[in-house]
Amino acid sequence: MVVPLRAAAEVPPAAPDSVAAVLLDSLVVTASPQQSTIAGQELSGKELDRLSALNVADAVRYFSGAQIKDYGGVGGVKTVDVRSMGSNHLGVFYDGIALGNAQNGQIDLGRYSLDNVEQISLYNGQKSELFATAKDLASAGALYIRTRRPKFADGKPLNLHVSLRDGSFGLINPSLRLEYRFSQSLSGTLSAEYTNANGRYRFRYRRVYPDGSTAWDTTAVRQNGDVEALRIEAALFGRITDGSYMVKGYFYDSDRGIPGAIVNNVWKNSQRQWDRNLFVQGNLRRRLGDRNEMMVNFKYARDYLHYLNPDTTLMYTDNQFWQTEVYASVADMVEILPDWHANLAIDYQLNTLSSTLAGFADPTRHTLMAALSSNYTLGTLSMQGNLGTTTIFDRSWSPRRGDAPRTLYRRTRTALVAGLFLNWQPLRDYAGLRVRGFAKRTFRMPTFNDLYYTDMGNASLNPEYATQYDIGLSQRWDFTSTIWQWLELRLDGYHNRVSDKIIAVPKGNSQYRWMMMNIGKVRIWGLDFNAEASTEPLAGLEIGGKLAYTWQRAMDYSDPADCLDAAGTYKGQIAYIPEHSGAFTAFANWRRWELNYSFIYVGGRWHNSSNIPENYEQPWYTHDMTLSYTLPLRRCTLRFTGELNNLLNQQYEVILNYPMPGRNWCLGVSLTL
Amino acid sequence: MKKIKPTITRAASILLAAAASLTQSCRHDVTVDFPGGQKPGGADPEPSLPEAPIGFYLLNQGNMGMNKASIDYYDYTTGEYTRNVYTQANPDAVMALGDVGNQIAVSSGRLWAIINCSNKVEVMQASDCRRIGQVDIPNCRYMAFDGDYAYITSYAGPVLIDDDYNQLGYVAKINTTTLQEEARCIVRFQPDGIAVAGGRLYVANSGGYRPNNYEKTLSIIDIATFTVEKEVELGINLNLVAADSEGKIWVSSRGDYYDVEPHLYCYDPATDRVAAHFDIDASSMWMDGDRLYTVGNPFSYDTMSSTPVFSCIDTSTLTIEQPQWEGAAEFSQIKAPYCIAVDPVRGDIYITDAGNYVNPGYLYAFAADGSYKWRQRTGDVPASIAFLYPEDAD
Repeated sequence: MVVPLRAAAEVPPAAPDSVAAVLLDSLVVTASPQQSTIAGQELSGKELDRLSALNVADAVRYFSGAQIKDYGGVGGVKTVDVRSMGSNHLGVFYDGIALGNAQNGQIDLGRYSLDNVEQISLYNGQKSELFATAKDLASAGALYIRTRRPKFADGKPLNLHVSLRDGSFGLINPSLRLEYRFSQSLSGTLSAEYTNANGRYRFRYRRVYPDGSTAWDTTAVRQNGDVEALRIEAALFGRITDGSYMVKGYFYDSDRGIPGAIVNNVWKNSQRQWDRNLFVQGNLRRRLGDRNEMMVNFKYARDYLHYLNPDTTLMYTDNQFWQTEVYASVADMVEILPDWHANLAIDYQLNTLSSTLAGFADPTRHTLMAALSSNYTLGTLSMQGNLGTTTIFDRSWSPRRGDAPRTLYRRTRTALVAGLFLNWQPLRDYAGLRVRGFAKRTFRMPTFNDLYYTDMGNASLNPEYATQYDIGLSQRWDFTSTIWQWLELRLDGYHNRVSDKIIAVPKGNSQYRWMMMNIGKVRIWGLDFNAEASTEPLAGLEIGGKLAYTWQRAMDYSDPADCLDAAGTYKGQIAYIPEHSGAFTAFANWRRWELNYSFIYVGGRWHNSSNIPENYEQPWYTHDMTLSYTLPLRRCTLRFTGELNNLLNQQYEVILNYPMPGRNWCLGVSLTL
Repeated sequence: MKKIKPTITRAASILLAAAASLTQSCRHDVTVDFPGGQKPGGADPEPSLPEAPIGFYLLNQGNMGMNKASIDYYDYTTGEYTRNVYTQANPDAVMALGDVGNQIAVSSGRLWAIINCSNKVEVMQASDCRRIGQVDIPNCRYMAFDGDYAYITSYAGPVLIDDDYNQLGYVAKINTTTLQEEARCIVRFQPDGIAVAGGRLYVANSGGYRPNNYEKTLSIIDIATFTVEKEVELGINLNLVAADSEGKIWVSSRGDYYDVEPHLYCYDPATDRVAAHFDIDASSMWMDGDRLYTVGNPFSYDTMSSTPVFSCIDTSTLTIEQPQWEGAAEFSQIKAPYCIAVDPVRGDIYITDAGNYVNPGYLYAFAADGSYKWRQRTGDVPASIAFLYPEDAD
């Protein structure tokens, strides 16, 4: 056996819940540096359970630097943008393998339920863990969603967990999770969840005269926000000699209304969308000798999307899309010296998209990625560097026009990724203080919609680049005092530049005709601050809190000529990025009771980079409370949960004309056997 | 512990400061927009001339889903430009003017504004923009007036059950006094521009929702019977219609944005012939006496960019003249010309610039001799101008 080396510097304190999970993972006896050079933000175990969060997007709101675009309600689209670089620059990984959407690059985090999730972590730059696929390193930021690993008490081969939630918006949400140990080296889980909500909620718009008296005040009910979804997930976790593997299947089927913008004379929309997502993925890790470890990942995904606009006042649309993704990756890590490791990863991916749209481009994309990374520890300084290359080979048909024969286009695009990550303990004998920093250049490839969407697509697009510089400090105190347990502070300053940003530009003379172009430029200056503390003022009473604050100036540098007056866009704050935002959560655990309070704040924003009063969007902030009680019975455990969200019933919007729900509640009961 | 305490105090003070800055950044009630008038740099009150307009309204489109259609007013007597006069005159209008303003017109003392995505036509007093009522017309596009009626095109007519899902368009006949729809005349797919001449309505059918099968026809409707008299084939994807002083009908075609270029046709009903056609992109037209002014911004796939184009056509000789205002230095700053209007008495030329179509646009004023007068920020996507005459303002 080789003793694991502590090449990476920061070891996040293991939450009690994740001990078993760590055990399963670390069954692979390894000489590898298992931690990230720069730690990410993390929510896991009990912390996740305590939040009144239904889906991954709800939880990501508590991370600093992350902005959620939320179109409202249970079924509304929720995407995340980290450090203002745009949601396409964030890689989202489900059990270690990237979720993809070659069609528009958009991952709707509102669809990923927390029911089967045990940890969510967000990394700026990348998860700077050496043993990784090329894809892990390819985006400007990475969000990891990790599903629950089975844990078994001695001599108990079966775990069962059932839960039922009922709440506002007509929500009914039963779920089931089964964990079974087939043998010492093989276990499996099955998780299923059904969600049904009518999505109806009251919203209110109000305007006042300058003297404060009401000019108009109207209340309506949000319509067409219903959703019905079924998720079934099954996984096998196994061990082999010197290694482990995991295989999982995921199925999601949903039918939802698209609530749409509320505008004058239009209080209801009728567009609908059906989605069916299926994927199978696997991971195998195995040691090859003392100094060499190998990892193989694969994925096959098939996605179906049906969009219908039956509204006869608009253009009737009834389109269906099918996407296929095949992904395979091989990574090999070697120990060159005890303090020096290197990893080489090669990934291949195939994407296709077809549609019922007349004259559709039917694009096919082959992606080949390679990444070489290495980390080295020198005293109290650890560093990691990586270099990668991505090449995409696209094939598509020219748009059909009349009876003219269609031509087949082929196009290759290549882009490079480079990153350097440092973590330093300045005081040799004091591990509490750390200085870290990174610089990274990445890109995002244009999506199929960017390139080929009817009329709007621009097949000559280049990749969009993001360059990031970050420097930060972290300080942690572990107290011996009986009251304070620990306190941790982290502060990061960063500067990002996005160039060749792919944005829609009007084509010719109508606002209805746009084309994607590489003409955007954004410069971002930001600060992320996090604080976390835990105390036990009385025996058995645990109190803790977490604060995340973000300051950002994200300036539009696209058009230097547009600076003639206040309405100019040059150096204006880009759309929907608040200067100040933050989240605060506090919890108290006492015996069988758990109480959680959370506060989310998003400051004033503008809905476009012309920062004039007409384009100003109000700040919004919500207070949520969760109370739960755990009742252990002889053979099982019952848990009751009550949530009250948006306590002060704030009527707010995240996106202009998409009203968000006011005060809402949810009750849940679960049984663990 | 001793070392740690000051650090904790410092940390706590930082937290408090952060918390304080948060509480200061609270929500407040949103006030109805009451913008004051402002003088564009270089703008002076215009001398009042008999039978000359006393001002004009400008309709800003606003992008789809933004609910940012708005009306601005330029007052010749004061030289003041006022943004958003609609909310000022109607602060109690729920959700303001609406989503995507397409066309504005003054007729018999009333101001009419087509609000496309709010599926309505807003009717106001021309004198002060005060709301009188609205006409609900789904997907309404353009209007023309004749006698006591307004004729308004709509994409949203009866649905044809055939291989594809297709929906014919129609022209609604609206009584301008009661604001009631009295009749419908079905035309072809996605009718846009409409004009009145010699007792007939001329309607440009676009077929814009059927890019593989654009419409090519101009529907001619007899006003007396309100039925389609005939259809004349011109070019694909027709857009705007204007009648000249001799009764000839000018129709613009958008082309297919790829191989078929935009065109401008002159159809002469007297001879039932196309009297002339020009390779001109006319996405906005203004008829002034025997001059037709057009602006456009055609997109080229060769350069992957749009180029502003401006034309002036002598409608009696059917020849293109070089517009004088092209000489002004400020003229070259217009990025995306979107609308043109000419003061019929003073001869001043107004051109709007939609810019990047997301942010507020500009209005440029040029004198008849081509010299630059002033420019002014407008709302998002300034789309249509209507002059106000003294008799309509009483």
